Amino acid sequence: MRVPTSRRLGVLTALLVLLPLAACGGGSGAGGERNAPSSITVLAASSLTGAFTELGKRFESENPGVSVKFAFDSSATLAQQAVGGAPADVLATADQKTMDSAQQVQLDEPKVFATNVMVLVTPADNPAGITSFSDLNTSSVKYVVCVPTAPCGSVGAALLEQNHITSDPVSTEVDVKSVLAKVTSGEADAGVVYKTDAIAAGDQVRTLPIPGTKSQVTTYPIVTLTQSKNTSLSQEFINLVTGPSGQQVLRQAGFGPP
Amino acid sequence: MSETARPRLGRTPLLLLIPGVIAALLLVVPMVALVLATPWGRLASQLTSPAVREALRLTVLASVLTVVLCLLLGTPLAWLLARVDFPGRSLLRAAVLVPLVLPPVVAGVALVTALGRTGLVGRPIDQAFGYTFPFTTTAVVIAHTFVSMPFYVLSVEGALRSSGEEYDAVAASLGADRWTTFRRITLPLALPGVIAGSALAWARSLGEFGATITFAGNFPGTTQTMPSLIYTQLQSDPLVARTVSMVLLSLSIGVLVLLRNQWLTRP
Repeated sequence: MRVPTSRRLGVLTALLVLLPLAACGGGSGAGGERNAPSSITVLAASSLTGAFTELGKRFESENPGVSVKFAFDSSATLAQQAVGGAPADVLATADQKTMDSAQQVQLDEPKVFATNVMVLVTPADNPAGITSFSDLNTSSVKYVVCVPTAPCGSVGAALLEQNHITSDPVSTEVDVKSVLAKVTSGEADAGVVYKTDAIAAGDQVRTLPIPGTKSQVTTYPIVTLTQSKNTSLSQEFINLVTGPSGQQVLRQAGFGPP
Repeated sequence: MSETARPRLGRTPLLLLIPGVIAALLLVVPMVALVLATPWGRLASQLTSPAVREALRLTVLASVLTVVLCLLLGTPLAWLLARVDFPGRSLLRAAVLVPLVLPPVVAGVALVTALGRTGLVGRPIDQAFGYTFPFTTTAVVIAHTFVSMPFYVLSVEGALRSSGEEYDAVAASLGADRWTTFRRITLPLALPGVIAGSALAWARSLGEFGATITFAGNFPGTTQTMPSLIYTQLQSDPLVARTVSMVLLSLSIGVLVLLRNQWLTRP
């Protein structure tokens, strides 16, 4: 009885030791094909996921041998990581305030490259029959917004106040993707999200305009970080984002001009 | 007394000492760092802020209700798994332990697809009674119970197995029915496991975040627990987040110390 048990344990241990090695082998093999690739890491607000992934591919095809890595998260988290010394080259946030909080790691002046406005989305079948933003005041309507501490939440709160919406949301989500998820899953009747998120969600949601968004436009700044190991490549990526082809991709995703 | 009676075992091998010290440092250093980084002067004002008090109240309420639900529902489940031979028992045991390894956010998604407004069970309930779980305190307790119950069941089932079935057999031979045996023999014997399981479930519930925020949402007073509040504050004011973390840490340590003195002291 004893021998098979220990043998089985031995095999298990061997597997546990070998698996990570196998994973490493695959990784270095793929990297080794390109001759000493130079790469940059871009920290970007999660609302930029679609547009920046597309721009990253374009950047890689325009610059053979170069790879762009992305970390998409909430702007506040990314700004904190950048200040904390995260090994990254470029930071793009979804508002000026979080960009300002990372002032000590900015290599130069941040450049605004896009704008965004908020819209109201409902599930495709619109279970609460919402036809305008003021319908949120109906007490039976369950709507969700971003938590006031997040950039999308402070803009959302301002829009609610501006339009005299006094009823409470059922939940304040930590980021705009969570708001969208609550709507597309049908748990909430409506949610306040960025126009770009509504466009990315396609026909999963129905989109309604919010009155007075012009006074609550979100700006997206981008900057090279002081810890960047490849500042010229970082600047080239920023040039792509702010240049005509980058602007075209951003416009298609629903972003406004800076 | 036992110190002098202990035989000499030789020096502590470095091969055990060094990794052991590294493990201890890994666990202790972040806690010490958190304590050092806490702006203690702001602790009092944080404790009296309505958001923190609401979140604290909700966290305590949810964790206590979670332990109660574990006792009422988890104990019978552990007993069934340990004492009743039925087809598919090992399959069921594996299934109820899955939440142990499930990322909490996935647990939240699973709960939404089952109990959400358009979910498998949630939709018929909504249609029949007009009641929906998400965004309610009930949903918080369900999420906490979902992630905590496996810890409880695992602990109690282990206690039931190691306490042995012989005593049950003796009780039965003396004429006790199975319910009486459970009440008078099985449960008292498994009590250490019940208490340890409750402590584990309670601790898991106290820190629960992912499943709650995914399934129940995040609104002060109804669904915002301490971990959700900490995560929310991290977005705007990390200093406040640290202070609030300290409150939760103190609460956990306080109860652990209390439990240790009462029940958890090992010989």
